[in-house]
Amino acid sequence: MSTIGYKDWAVDMADVGAMYPFQGAEVFMVILGVVFWIGWHLIQSKREAAELEEARKMADPDKVKAILERY
Amino acid sequence: MDGNLDALTTIFTEFYYWVTVVFMFLIHVGFCMYEVGASRRKNHMHTLMKNVMIIPLVTVTFFFFGWWIYWAFPNFPFFGGLDLAAGAANTPWSETMGTNASDRITGVFWAAFLLFSWTAASIVSGSVIERIRSSALWVHAVLIGSVWWIIDAAWGWHYAGWMVQKLGYHDAYASGVIHAIAGGYALGVLVVLGPRIGKFAADGTPRDIPPHNPWMVTLGIFMIYTGFWGFYAACNVPLISPEVIDGQIVGTTWTATNIYLGPTTLGAITFNFLLSLSGGLMASYIVSKGDAFWTFSGGLAGIIGASAGNDLYHPMQAMLIGAFVPVVAYKLHYWVERKFKIDDAVGAVAVHGYAGFLGVVIAGFVLWGAPSSPYEGYAAINPLGQIAGAIIMFFVLGFLPAYIVTRIQAARGTLRIPAEVELQGLDMGEHEAYEEAIAEITAASAEHIKAN
Repeated sequence: MSTIGYKDWAVDMADVGAMYPFQGAEVFMVILGVVFWIGWHLIQSKREAAELEEARKMADPDKVKAILERY
Repeated sequence: MDGNLDALTTIFTEFYYWVTVVFMFLIHVGFCMYEVGASRRKNHMHTLMKNVMIIPLVTVTFFFFGWWIYWAFPNFPFFGGLDLAAGAANTPWSETMGTNASDRITGVFWAAFLLFSWTAASIVSGSVIERIRSSALWVHAVLIGSVWWIIDAAWGWHYAGWMVQKLGYHDAYASGVIHAIAGGYALGVLVVLGPRIGKFAADGTPRDIPPHNPWMVTLGIFMIYTGFWGFYAACNVPLISPEVIDGQIVGTTWTATNIYLGPTTLGAITFNFLLSLSGGLMASYIVSKGDAFWTFSGGLAGIIGASAGNDLYHPMQAMLIGAFVPVVAYKLHYWVERKFKIDDAVGAVAVHGYAGFLGVVIAGFVLWGAPSSPYEGYAAINPLGQIAGAIIMFFVLGFLPAYIVTRIQAARGTLRIPAEVELQGLDMGEHEAYEEAIAEITAASAEHIKAN
C-alpha cells in the first residue's frame, strides 16, 4: 500500500504523472481548503471588531498624548 | 519530454520562472519596508501585518480560482463563453496543480502570476495605511489580487485575449494590467475611506505626514526596484521556437517573446528598464526639488510609464517617456489631493495608477501600427485601442469595483478604524500585547535606573 500510488521508483519517468497522496480526493481537499480560508476571514473579522470596540472604550487620554508625542 | 532539447528547454523555462519568483518576492519585502517606514510609530505592527497577510490570502485564493480565471476568461463575456477546456487544467483540483512529473511548468508559471497578484494587492495596501481595518483591506486584497487583475490579464495580457485581438492592446510589462488597475482600485477605496485624522486642516489645506523612517522607505523602494527585474523577466517567455508559437513568424530561429508571443530580447528590456528608471529619477528630482520620497517613487513611475512598450522601445524613448510620466503623475497627485481631499499615504495612485494609465496611452502613439501579436487577424497597436484599454484597466476593472465594495463596507461599519483608536494608534487596538510589552520593559528600565 502506498498513499501516492507508487511503492518503489522502478518506473519509466515518461509514465509518471501525479505523485501526491490521496489522488482522486482533490475536490474534497479543495473543499477543506476553502472552508479553512472562509473560516479564517470570519474568525479574524469577528475578533478584530471586538478588539477595536474594546480599544475604543478604553481610550486613555494620557496614553494617546504620549503616543502622539512619539510621532 | 521527448528529446534532450525539449528536456533542456523545459527545465530551463521551469528554472527561469522559478528565479523570477524569488526576485519578485523582494517586491513584497520592499512594500512592507516602505509602508512601515511611511507609517507613524504607533501604527507599525498593524501596517506590517496588514501587508504580510496579503501573501497567504491572495495565494490561497489564486490557487482556488485566480489561475483558472486567467485561462477561462480571455474572451468571456463579450466575445465568447468561458474557455472551459483551457481552464480545466488550471482548476485547483486538476492533477497538474500539484506534484506531477508529467507537468513541470504549471507550478512556477502559476507562481509568477501569483507574485503579480501580491503586487497588485500591496499597491492598494500602501495607500490606505493608518486608518483601514485589516479585515476590510484583506477582502480588497483577494478581490484585486485574485479576481479583477487576473480578469484584466485574461483580456489584455494573454496571447488570445479579446483586448489584444480587437483593440490591438499592448502592455508588455504591465503598465495597465498591474499598475493602472491597482492605482485605480486604490483610488476607488480612498474616495470612500477618507483621509487620516489631521491630514487636512479645517480650511482644507493638506498637511504633510512625513515618513517616520526615511531610510527604511529608501531601502524599501530599492527592494522594489530589485524585485522589478524579476517582474520584467517574468513577463517574457525566455525561449521558444517559431513552430511552437505557430503564428506568422517563419524560419527556425528561436527567440524570447513578450506575453503575447511577439519577439523581444532580454537585452532590450535591460536597456529600457534602466533608461526609464534613470529618466524617472532625473525628472522627479527636478520636479520635486530633490524631495527624496518623490525622487525615488518617480524612478519607479518612470519604469511603470515606459513598461507598456519597453519590449520594443529604443532606450532613449524609454528614458524620455520615463521622464515625462512621473512629472505628470506628481502634478496630478497634488492636484487631486487638494481638489478632492484624497489622502494617498504613499502616492500609490500617482506612481502606479496615473503613471500606468499614461504609459498605456503613450505606447499607443509611439508603437502605432506595430503588430500586437504574431497571429493573423489581430488589430495592430493604435492610440484608440490603448486609450480604451487604459480606461478599462483604471476605471472599469479598478476604480469601479473598489468603489462599490468599499461603499458596502462603509455602510456595514466594517471599513474604518474608530476615530479614538486611530488617534491612540492602531497597534493599541489590535496589537496591544506588543505595545504593552514595550511600555512594561521601558517602565522596568526606568525603575532600574532610578534604583541604582
